[in-house]
Amino acid sequence: MLISEETRKKLAELKDKYPTRQASIMPALHLVFDEFGYLGVEQLDEAADIIGVSRLDMNETASFYTLFPKQKVGKYLIQVCTNLSCALMGADNLVEYLEEKLGIKLGETTPDGIFTLWNVECLGSCGTAPMMQVNDEYYEDLTREKVDELIENWRKGEGS
Amino acid sequence: MEKILFKHIDTPDQNKIETYMANGGYTALPKALKEYKPEELVEMVKKSGLRGRGGAGFPAGVKWSFLPKGTDRPVYLIVNADESEPGTFKDRQLLEYDPHQTLEGTIISAYAINCHDAFIYFRGEFAYAAKVMERCIEEATEKGFIGKNILDSGYDLNVHIFRGGGAYICGEETSLMESIEGWRALSRQKPPFPAGEGLWRCPTIINNVETLSNVPHIVNKGAEWFASIGTEKSTGTKIYCLSGHVNRPGNYELEMGVNLKELIYEYGGGILDDRPLKAVIPGGSSTPVLKADEIDVKMDFESLAAKGTMLGSAGVIVMHDGTCMVSALHRLIHFYEHESCGKCTPCREGTNWMQKILTRMIRGEGKPEDVDLLFDIASNVIGNTVCPLGDAAAMPVMSFVEKFRDEFDNICNGGKPKGTLKFPFK
Ligand SMILES: Cc1cc2nc3c(=O)[nH]c(=O)nc-3n(C[C@H](O)[C@H](O)[C@H](O)COP(=O)(O)O)c2cc1C
Ligand code: SF4
Ligand code: FES
Repeated sequence: MLISEETRKKLAELKDKYPTRQASIMPALHLVFDEFGYLGVEQLDEAADIIGVSRLDMNETASFYTLFPKQKVGKYLIQVCTNLSCALMGADNLVEYLEEKLGIKLGETTPDGIFTLWNVECLGSCGTAPMMQVNDEYYEDLTREKVDELIENWRKGEGS
Repeated sequence: MEKILFKHIDTPDQNKIETYMANGGYTALPKALKEYKPEELVEMVKKSGLRGRGGAGFPAGVKWSFLPKGTDRPVYLIVNADESEPGTFKDRQLLEYDPHQTLEGTIISAYAINCHDAFIYFRGEFAYAAKVMERCIEEATEKGFIGKNILDSGYDLNVHIFRGGGAYICGEETSLMESIEGWRALSRQKPPFPAGEGLWRCPTIINNVETLSNVPHIVNKGAEWFASIGTEKSTGTKIYCLSGHVNRPGNYELEMGVNLKELIYEYGGGILDDRPLKAVIPGGSSTPVLKADEIDVKMDFESLAAKGTMLGSAGVIVMHDGTCMVSALHRLIHFYEHESCGKCTPCREGTNWMQKILTRMIRGEGKPEDVDLLFDIASNVIGNTVCPLGDAAAMPVMSFVEKFRDEFDNICNGGKPKGTLKFPFK
């Protein structure tokens, strides 16, 4: 079993919370995602069994939602918004700078498994562009200096 | 003008219940429960003229009155906090900095429509806002504003938080309900409308965060007061989201009907680097674009409609003369192609086809006939889809091509894109 005892308990509580079992799928996806940082088929199958829905329904719903990576990603999932307002304010330069700094291209993960770099659509933060989301946090009004500082801190935290 | 929704947006700790109450919060709730019957509140909101702030501008009270009378099925209220329309970032600010205002509006509105289970649906990325709201619900429950027999009125209400998974289409009301129900969020054919058959096929009202945040103020100060603000048909204030090439981007709460030019040049401090203005998208990425000489217009539902565009979510995206309109449109179509739920052919195939054409244009591989083709595809998508996402994708395409045709022709005849947007996707 992959899912921790604690998450299993929370999943079990969801089971009969809503008028249908199917409705516990979205909250369940978030619980599993919070523990693993991605949704693999094994985790989804286990969670489906706990909340009492079919494994097929669970996987089918999960596949629709792009917030959840379906494979393991870096410890820091860097998602730069490249939609229009951010693009006008230099999101493309930000992506290029991150690519250069991390030595990877959009969509890739650093070999040490620490950083993954993606671009995403509007994050509802267009007035503080350019911006990016890293795991659950928003980082706004980004400049090269701010990016340097952030990456340095995260690297330090990893002892590399 | 005195601010209504943003009056305390900069007050420290406004997102804690003590501060919210010290600033006059949770005074409308007891008033609503003790002095008014539910149907009287519906009338009051109708009279205030409050229109939906989520995009379509439908009058809130009128929508509420569509609920079947005396139904024995549960009635649900959904607060739409999915905010994903590019250029829009107002609900996030309301939810992070003054969430009890939205919550109080939710409780009163739920009471008005005889609902005992309300859902707040956050876009998945708004993890912080959802966490704050979770705490707010606990605080309000402790004070007896949520739960059983609220303030001894005999009225019961639970408020549930739901979080989405990064899909724009979940902002569309029927997709949102599919999502809560745990399915892939494919839009439903309407009718039936949610007021008759919504969540779990029960009567459901769905409103935007900003819409419901106005309700406590209407209860406290009256429908006439609210109707006296703004224009005759677009009442109250509006939070305008200003982004792009402007000196002071951000959210501005102003009266409905503020002049767009004034919004950009006075409130927004003018165009970045003092460059000439080229174009403005007035109401979020889905609304038709305006040229620089078309911005002397009032920002309300009617005035913008008269100019062939829409107030939408009031996400104002400003573009200066250094913007390549072909590249800008490419970004938007990339978005709609990515977000199409795939249920109906015109939208699924149309957005994909338009994206391919635009990609080849910005790579310098466009053919002269591509400009007409692009327009033709968009005009065959619009009006022919299950939900309005198809229209939302077609409107920018048609308006960009109509108003900036020379740029599209130039690029398709070997000219270079002259903007700063760089990498084409896919
Ligand atoms: C593709 C699409 C996306 C939408 N996204 C949102 C959204 O993010 N937030 C929102 O409040 N309404 C959104 N809407 C509008 C909702 O369907 C619905 O009309 C609205 O939430 C009703 O609330 P209101 O009457 O208070 O505006 C969207 C509509 C469409 C077609
Ligand atoms: S218009 Fe697009 S988003 Fe709406 S139902 Fe059709 S395919 Fe889905
Ligand atoms: S366009 Fe980047 S956050 Fe909206």
